[in-house]
Amino acid sequence: GRPQHSKMYCHPNDILPLTLTSATQELFGCRCDEDVTGDNPYKILRKEDIVQDMRMRAAVSDFSPMKQLVLDYPEDELLLVYDRDFIYGSSFYLVLTADAKERHLKPVVALGVEVALEREPSEVFATQKTSEPQPWISLGSEQEIEEESVTDSRPRYRISRVRREFGAPIFFSDRNAMETKDGFIECTPYQDKNFSLKQMERHTGVQTIPNLKSSSTQTQWTYPRSMCTQYEPREFSEEKKENCLQSEKLKNFVNSVASRFEMAIQQNEIMDVFFDDWKALSEEDSGYGRKADPHLKEYQSFTDLHFSKEKTISNINWHPTINGVIAVAVTERLSFEDRINGSTKLLLNPSLILFWSFSDPINPQLLLECPDDVFSFEFCPSDPNIIVGGCMNGQVVLWDISTHVEQLQGTRTNKRENETPVVRYCAVSGIENGHKAPITDIQWLPGTFEVSRMGVPMENKNGICVQIVTCAPDCCVMFWDIRAPRVLQTMADQRKQKVEEKPLENPHGVPNTFKHLDLTWKPLIRLQLVLSTTFCPQDGELVYTDWKLEKDNDSGRLFSAKPSHRFIIHDGQVNTVRRSPFFKDIILTVGGWTFAIWKEGVTNGPIIQSSCSQKKCTVGYWSQSRPAVLFIGKEDGNIDVWDLLEKTHEPSQTQNITATQITCIKPWIVSSKQHLLAVSDHLGTLHILEIPWTLRSPSSNEKLSMSKYFEKEVDRLVYFEKRREMRAKEKKDYEAEELRKKTVRYSI
Amino acid sequence: IATFLGRKLQPRPQNEVEETLKRIQGQKGVQGIIIVNAEGIPIKTTLDNSSTVQYAGLIHQLVMKARSTVRDIDPQNDLTFLRVRSKKNEIMIAPDKDYFLIVIQNPSD
Repeated sequence: GRPQHSKMYCHPNDILPLTLTSATQELFGCRCDEDVTGDNPYKILRKEDIVQDMRMRAAVSDFSPMKQLVLDYPEDELLLVYDRDFIYGSSFYLVLTADAKERHLKPVVALGVEVALEREPSEVFATQKTSEPQPWISLGSEQEIEEESVTDSRPRYRISRVRREFGAPIFFSDRNAMETKDGFIECTPYQDKNFSLKQMERHTGVQTIPNLKSSSTQTQWTYPRSMCTQYEPREFSEEKKENCLQSEKLKNFVNSVASRFEMAIQQNEIMDVFFDDWKALSEEDSGYGRKADPHLKEYQSFTDLHFSKEKTISNINWHPTINGVIAVAVTERLSFEDRINGSTKLLLNPSLILFWSFSDPINPQLLLECPDDVFSFEFCPSDPNIIVGGCMNGQVVLWDISTHVEQLQGTRTNKRENETPVVRYCAVSGIENGHKAPITDIQWLPGTFEVSRMGVPMENKNGICVQIVTCAPDCCVMFWDIRAPRVLQTMADQRKQKVEEKPLENPHGVPNTFKHLDLTWKPLIRLQLVLSTTFCPQDGELVYTDWKLEKDNDSGRLFSAKPSHRFIIHDGQVNTVRRSPFFKDIILTVGGWTFAIWKEGVTNGPIIQSSCSQKKCTVGYWSQSRPAVLFIGKEDGNIDVWDLLEKTHEPSQTQNITATQITCIKPWIVSSKQHLLAVSDHLGTLHILEIPWTLRSPSSNEKLSMSKYFEKEVDRLVYFEKRREMRAKEKKDYEAEELRKKTVRYSI
Repeated sequence: IATFLGRKLQPRPQNEVEETLKRIQGQKGVQGIIIVNAEGIPIKTTLDNSSTVQYAGLIHQLVMKARSTVRDIDPQNDLTFLRVRSKKNEIMIAPDKDYFLIVIQNPSD
């Protein structure tokens, strides 16, 4: 046999690779990498030791496979070589022949002379022996070469030809294969039974899913429609209600339940458990702490040397929307005769309404030009840019200041410093249409209200104030409408505006036949209660030039009837008629040396009348925040502050504001902390005063107390009336009795 | 001399109810009384129609809610009286199985 080629290494015949166990290694002193290493792989083993080991361990011994070889070994010592790199497949190999052993141990010597010469020149035996050819020892390598070479593997075929055909061209021809039998070998296709097997069993997976069905439909398109629903609560018919009311069940229910109610209601009556006494108490106390200064403090004052010199202020109005702007009408300080005498001069000096702003106490902000002295003017409540004024000659004038509003508000920065803008009136009534006397009062009708031609009050759906009422000492009250077709909406350019005659349909020349009329600004038209309350605005101011005073309640028809009531109370001109801002039916009139408080509906007389004061009262006004307080301006420049809950026989305090007569008082609430009072005097100066805390914050229940007080006064009047009647009756009876007695006496 | 035949004047059955209501109405500060049935439909009232209907509808819901609250907490309990106090007035309601009685009073008048 050949040596197995499974071993990778082929070893020469004279060595035998073997593996030694560690026990054997120790025994023979040839431990790997300790006794024998890569550098020193040779170990001489004595034959006797090996034989003994074989004898000792028999089959277990590592040397047992080569027992015979060991025994045949000629010498006593065998060479064991450590094959560290496993060249021959095992960790050791035993050298089997002496020659090989020699070769192994002394290879260095056999190599070459040059090496030996380098080492030890003395030992050089330079016997150069040419190597002789040795017989070839086959080690099995020729087998491989033989396999690689290509040789014939089958015998060659011989073809012989006739000599004469050598080198002749060759001709090929075709022969049909089908002609001869066995010309070709056919491989016919046939159905292989292997592939027609029917599969009897099969593995399949099954999955269930829900039943799907798809379908579609076309919806009917409807167009959107406006719809609405109206509902009303369910109610019972009358009979049903009656039936219910008569049923036993209801009776029982009401009886059982009534006691609970009575208890609860009485509880409420006895005491209000939710009333916060502590809080209420504190209000009273805080008054004392701040009673420091009950005086009106001067806040600012305005006068213009240029425009209000020699003039007096006839009317004041705060601007309703812009804070800190106030308008005054300056008029000539002349009596009637002087006016006539100096009329030419007056024509050259136009009359003005000045607008003052708190930010500039020296220069007025705006001037409104008037055809004549204006005694009364008002801002339109629904549009504060429109101002209507009533002049001395009976004309009604309209201004529009919308172009100058920004300047008044102070937002325009590039205003000309030295020139105050002048606004001309944009519309004025014709002289013949107006009053024949100075217009003493002019008021806007509230925006919800308007009066038709017949004098019938109607609802004004716009909410804009469009009608004005004027009155004058010519005993006329006129209603004006600003909506007439041609009238003023264009407020483009005031300067160049030409004066339009206001085609004011003066629908209502209410030619009153009252004489000595002192018209109160009260509902002149009083048809139904509902209307009257909405009709009357809060302010009513009249400046009288009449010397007789009367108060009038009128039920206006077209040609008004006679006044239903006339009162002569004041002994001087009545210059103020004002409603209280807190009580709709309480009116203050100031005139002469007294003032009086009236209640609408009480026709016996004023419910409160003050005593005569030293000086004439020139003007009066209710306080805007305290129901019991009113301010009276005097001829000597004093302001009397009356607190009706404190004392009614004299004013609570008097303060001197200026040296001359006070011509107008108007309070204004700027904020909850600041209440101002505008006071104008006869010299044309406008004083702005600040109302102190005591005069502007109401005490608790002040309104209630005031109304109780008024009721008491009304009762007093009624009582006195009754007494008077009773006395009159008594007197009559007494006289009749006397007469009877007399006649009896005489008859006897 | 005229004599009346002995004719007994039967008191009308609803007098009692009316009298009680008048008594309540006459107390100080009472602004109105409404009797409402279990469904919230007013039966008798001393206020105007629109206010009555409004009160009836709203208070009916409130009483239902209050009653269910009381009974949820303790099913053996029931609502006997409900008082709603507001800034301006007080509304008092006494519910029953079939009817409510609503009284509005202004205590600080």
